[in-house]
Amino acid sequence: MSDATANGIADAAAARKPRRDIGIKKRYAAERRFKAYGIIAIAIGLAFLVALMWSIVSQGYTAFWQTEIEVPISFSEKVLGTPEQANESQTKLLMANYPQLARDGLVQLLGIDPADKKAVSAANGLISSGTRVTLRDIVMNDLSVIGTTEDVWLYASSELDSALKGQYDLDVPENRRPISDLQLQYIEKLRQQGAIEQRFNWGLFTSGASSRAETAGVGVAIIGSLYMMLIVLALALPIGVAASIYLEEFAPKNRFTDLIEVNINNLAAVPSIVFGLLGLAVFINWFGLPRSAALVGGLVLTLMTLPTIIIATRAALRAVPPSIRSAALGLGASKTQTIFHHVLPLAAPGILTGTIIGLAQALGETAPLLLIGMVAFVADYPSTPLDPSTALPVQIYMWANEAERAFVERTSGAIIILLGFLAIMNVTAILLRRRFERRW
Amino acid sequence: MSFGESLSVSTFTIILIVIAIGLVGAVLAYRRARGLVGRDGVKLHSRPTYHASFVACWGMIPSLLVLAVWLIAAPIVISADVRGNFPEGVLAQSDLTEDLAYGIVESMGSGLRVLPEDERARVTEATPVEDVADLLRNRGIPIASAAADWMVPLAIQLNSMQIWSQWAMTAAVLLVALAGVALAYRRIAPRLRARNNVERIVTGALIAASSIAIMTTVGIVFSMLFETIDFFSRISPAEFFFGTVWEPRFSSAGSTGSAGSFGFIPLLAGTLYIGAVAMIIAVPIGLFAAIYMAEYADNRTRSIVKPLLEVLAGIPTIVYGFFALVTVGPFLRDLSAEISGLVTGNYASFIEAQSVLTAGLVMAIMLIPFVSSLSDDIITSVPQSLRDGSLGLGATRSETIKRVILPAALPGIVSALLLTASRAIGETMIVVLAAGVAANLTLNPFEPMTTITVKIVAQLTGDLEFNSPQTLVAFALGMTLFVITLCLNIYALYIVRKYKEQYE
Repeated sequence: MSDATANGIADAAAARKPRRDIGIKKRYAAERRFKAYGIIAIAIGLAFLVALMWSIVSQGYTAFWQTEIEVPISFSEKVLGTPEQANESQTKLLMANYPQLARDGLVQLLGIDPADKKAVSAANGLISSGTRVTLRDIVMNDLSVIGTTEDVWLYASSELDSALKGQYDLDVPENRRPISDLQLQYIEKLRQQGAIEQRFNWGLFTSGASSRAETAGVGVAIIGSLYMMLIVLALALPIGVAASIYLEEFAPKNRFTDLIEVNINNLAAVPSIVFGLLGLAVFINWFGLPRSAALVGGLVLTLMTLPTIIIATRAALRAVPPSIRSAALGLGASKTQTIFHHVLPLAAPGILTGTIIGLAQALGETAPLLLIGMVAFVADYPSTPLDPSTALPVQIYMWANEAERAFVERTSGAIIILLGFLAIMNVTAILLRRRFERRW
Repeated sequence: MSFGESLSVSTFTIILIVIAIGLVGAVLAYRRARGLVGRDGVKLHSRPTYHASFVACWGMIPSLLVLAVWLIAAPIVISADVRGNFPEGVLAQSDLTEDLAYGIVESMGSGLRVLPEDERARVTEATPVEDVADLLRNRGIPIASAAADWMVPLAIQLNSMQIWSQWAMTAAVLLVALAGVALAYRRIAPRLRARNNVERIVTGALIAASSIAIMTTVGIVFSMLFETIDFFSRISPAEFFFGTVWEPRFSSAGSTGSAGSFGFIPLLAGTLYIGAVAMIIAVPIGLFAAIYMAEYADNRTRSIVKPLLEVLAGIPTIVYGFFALVTVGPFLRDLSAEISGLVTGNYASFIEAQSVLTAGLVMAIMLIPFVSSLSDDIITSVPQSLRDGSLGLGATRSETIKRVILPAALPGIVSALLLTASRAIGETMIVVLAAGVAANLTLNPFEPMTTITVKIVAQLTGDLEFNSPQTLVAFALGMTLFVITLCLNIYALYIVRKYKEQYE
């Protein structure tokens, strides 16, 4: 619309009837601005979400692949001793120089002169020093390999792994990167032989803590977290449900129940680190439970999760209509029978959903666990909840403090695993709610 | 000592046996109660399952209570008895020396139980302590060098008392369990009000479960209170609350050097500053998002956007911390270098990778969903009639929101913001990774500052002796943090309650 016609209409309107200027244009502009602020705010929030996810996934997805080199290993009797000797005493087998086997194999594969010290050490730098454990396990499992030669896939060193994943700029001068030109030549040679490959990194899911990125994994931490979740489930669910039933169905309205109510609401908002102090002072110092044990972690997380479960359970109980209770009571059931036989089963889906969400919260919680000594280097699987163990988020915290480039990738990988668990739990909760939710 | 270790019964086994006794009693009671029915028109007051539960409760609850009391009381009694036999010289010294001596006696005593029969027979009251220590060392139990000869007889006494106590406890618990089952079983009769009895026990259990919430709070307060008082007996409260220098020195055990300064002000300043930065960013974003979703968005948009924003609330804080450490911190540093390069030509970054801004920004991301979903609930709970009235009088939607809905929702929104602030103050993992550990007192948001929670973690991780001011200060910090957040929470809850009543 041109200005002329717009003015014309305005003039005509003014000529027809003078109207009080109520600033409608300005008010509509303000309306549009206000609406735009809302959209911008939501966009910023979602942008943060995308940035966070993108940053984690783009840095972490490579952690699920690990460069490995196929090396012909000759399990020579010279290094390992004869199987007969091994049957007598395993000391020699345990202490044998396995890295030498790997080095010899790689030198032979690359066709390097074993006397050329510089070339040998360059080649040796390509494989992880964690091969000791890999090779020892092969020998210890089957003594008959001694004296034979077998092709074994060995972990590449974390420098080689990072270089192949493009995390180092290989165009910078040689002395400024961790991979030398000679090593690059070897890598090329291995590639032509088909002896180097990116394989799925099972070790990330099964290994324990390690100071070398390529052999570090979250397996031990997952078991620790699993123990804690079982303890939380076994304690928080019954206690939480019992407390909710009392507060919702039995409690008279008096000072005492009021106090409990304020307490629960307040506990839900107490900083998690305070629960860690409680655990340290009460469970470890007074009861003398061991530090870094999954049992203590589970107890602390139970206390933390209780308010969440109680609040969800009470909402679920309240959603069951009073007519159900009246019907049961009218047919002669006692109050306890009414609640346990009729109300509780109807509230079960809601309780379950709340419990799963509470567990998901507990699974991601880190701060209280730091205080009860779960920041520990745990390389072995804990066999009971009293053994030293660590948890998935604590493992992430420890890796986040490592400076090496390869650990950033690992940390992001571990975060993806943690978020995966959380996503599964939350989706289960949502599906449960959709499937069983009843509108009365 | 005729009792071998192979014969002693572990606590766990006792519990299992008690449960088994209860179950057997329950089965017997069920059959007896069923047997009573039908005999010349007799009717039971309660169903047989209630008779069974009645017997099981009588079998298990008193005996497990005895077990719990015994487990708590026995070590105290034994310790008092053994300490009574300490030589005068040790008793005259400080409590700490006495505790240390008792610790050695205890480890010797428990070591004796591990020794095989023949070796233990060689240890008599006259055996020199070196020989005992040697025997134990061979079994992998180190004995402190401060061990003295007079401890050997006491260790033997302790050991025999512990074994005796274990046996007496087993006997007592099992006896109580059997007696309970027998007594309850004898009471089974058609007129027995078993259901009422069982229901009374169930109600008691429900009350006990709900009082755990109170016990947790009491536990939090007392566990921190004792350590805090201990701390303030060494460092004066004035020095703690008004000191501006935070520099606890980690002195080695026993050295008499000063403990360093424990000024709380830099930590409080850092906590509040980072919290304020986070709130300044999160509150407008969260509030506008909530208003849009509650008042403008159609159902479809709402059902997509709301869960997406709530994903942010479900992400563990350690993930935010890592995001701040490896992405946001370096990004802000490089960005500031670019800006100063464009302005002054000197590519020096003025934002440090760990800074108040980094921590505040990332914490704001975490807080957005809290602000938005809490405010959303409150805005939607404002009665529709208020909206209709305002719109009917010719106000636009935004005018309605600004002049009618927000004022009506204000108390609720304020309480939501208080709860959010309490979360910001208590947040740990983001600041541990992104705010730095230097206790600066500065106004520059581009420099690192530290918070109360960071220092609690710093003072309590690693191997520390428990009785030094360096570790006790963590409890004083925790107590302060608890009190601050408690005030915020209670005030917020108070407002919510008051507000709720207004429209109900």
